[in-house]
Amino acid sequence: MLRNDLPLGADAAARFLPWIVGTMVYLAALALASAFAVNLAIGSWRADITGELTVEVPDFGDVADTERQARLEAVVTDLLAIDGVEGAALIGPEEVRRLLEPWLGPDAAAADLPLPDLIAVTLARDAAVDLPALEAKLDETAPGLRIDDHRGWIERIDRIGTLVELLTAAVVLLVAGAAALAVVFVTRTGLDIHRQTVDLVHMLGARDGYIARLFERHALAFGFIGGILGLAAAIATISAIGLAASRAGAGLLPTVHLGLPHWVALACLPFAAAAVAMLTARWTVLRTLSRGL
Amino acid sequence: MVLLEDVSVRYGTGPEVLHDISFALAPGSFHFLVGPSGAGKSTLLKLLHLAVRPSRGRLNLFGRDVNALARADLPAMRRRIGVVFQEFRLIPHLSAFDNVALPLRLAGAKGGEIRQHVTELLQWVGLGDQIETRPARLSGGQQQRVAIARAVIARPSLLIADEPTGNVDDRIAMRLMYLFEELNKLGTTVLIATHNEALVNRFGHRQLRLDGGRLLTRPRPAEVG
Repeated sequence: MLRNDLPLGADAAARFLPWIVGTMVYLAALALASAFAVNLAIGSWRADITGELTVEVPDFGDVADTERQARLEAVVTDLLAIDGVEGAALIGPEEVRRLLEPWLGPDAAAADLPLPDLIAVTLARDAAVDLPALEAKLDETAPGLRIDDHRGWIERIDRIGTLVELLTAAVVLLVAGAAALAVVFVTRTGLDIHRQTVDLVHMLGARDGYIARLFERHALAFGFIGGILGLAAAIATISAIGLAASRAGAGLLPTVHLGLPHWVALACLPFAAAAVAMLTARWTVLRTLSRGL
Repeated sequence: MVLLEDVSVRYGTGPEVLHDISFALAPGSFHFLVGPSGAGKSTLLKLLHLAVRPSRGRLNLFGRDVNALARADLPAMRRRIGVVFQEFRLIPHLSAFDNVALPLRLAGAKGGEIRQHVTELLQWVGLGDQIETRPARLSGGQQQRVAIARAVIARPSLLIADEPTGNVDDRIAMRLMYLFEELNKLGTTVLIATHNEALVNRFGHRQLRLDGGRLLTRPRPAEVG
């Protein structure tokens, strides 16, 4: 029934449609992949620090190393005696310098920096520890001691994650809107170019839906082809960025790998683009034709 | 079948091109529409194949008031009307077969039925060897025959033709007129606009004569049929 009653594929404007849709899908895929990566990184950071405390023990001043070590071990002992604390371990100076190296460079190790002593504390699952009380108790052993439960950090990165999600949604909506506008333009141009044939087919008894199906089928096919092209380009870009990031940012940036659900979501983009193109073409044709006799 | 009462037509805000046209065509009647160029023949034909609506007056087709028709009702009405356009209006990228088959496809006919009927009709109009040829490779006369075949393929209740014999030789013109008469005998109401006085005189059917947008001869219901 639906044959090539209109040679839409030969129109100059229509030939650009796959490239326009492809560009939009490319941008949407990059935006989505960025959001996935940020969320994965945030999830990774959150997993690393949830259920852990870091105790910062300030410099004790002019005390001998043995005395200093004894006080630190006393703090560890006090920590292990508290309900809900599963483990407490001193982080040695070498480890502290290694952690700082990505930010301060390898020379940080040689610098005479007043680095605090750190104790990594592991809490039992669902443990409810009263941090102010704990801090007050440990302060007797090591005055000036500070406990960081990373809550502020988690809240900040959660806010960043939410912001990235909102921005991504805005970008995807903007891209979908731009693609839809392009389809409206191409469809209207097609209707103008083929006005005589459209009128003729109407005169022969075609319903608006028949003509709309000719355009929507064309938009569906071109939208899908464009979507596949855009997705392929986006996958190449994402892979290249991932490779470059893993080489350049070792230690500074968390290594994230998109999982199957993320790739499935990205793979849905060409289908979504084709659906947007099809529905937009249908709406445009029906709306335009409804203004006729 | 066709009833016009004081129908006038104007395009946009322009002057009226048809004034107070009233006539009736009974089912199965055969009429010629004659008149000089610019008389309003093409507009009257457009009115009858629902390409324009009356600016005022009443047009009744197949027992329904056209002014009261919803847009969704028009396709079904148009499928009952066969039209031969003066400029043929064939779809250039479709073969002769597909051009003729289009009304049947739009009506939902089956593939085998379409192939059989379209092939038979194209053979009948002398184009059996041009079935897969596109319009650009056909002569003016051949294109006209394809246009006529497309107009009659779905056995319309009303056949409207604008100068259907204008581009063919006398032999083909006679053959096409016989085709119209055959359809008319099967019950199709036929209205043919033409300048060909010889043809009009030879076939002797009743005439609607237009001049200056007004109908000079008016068949009354008692005269038609």
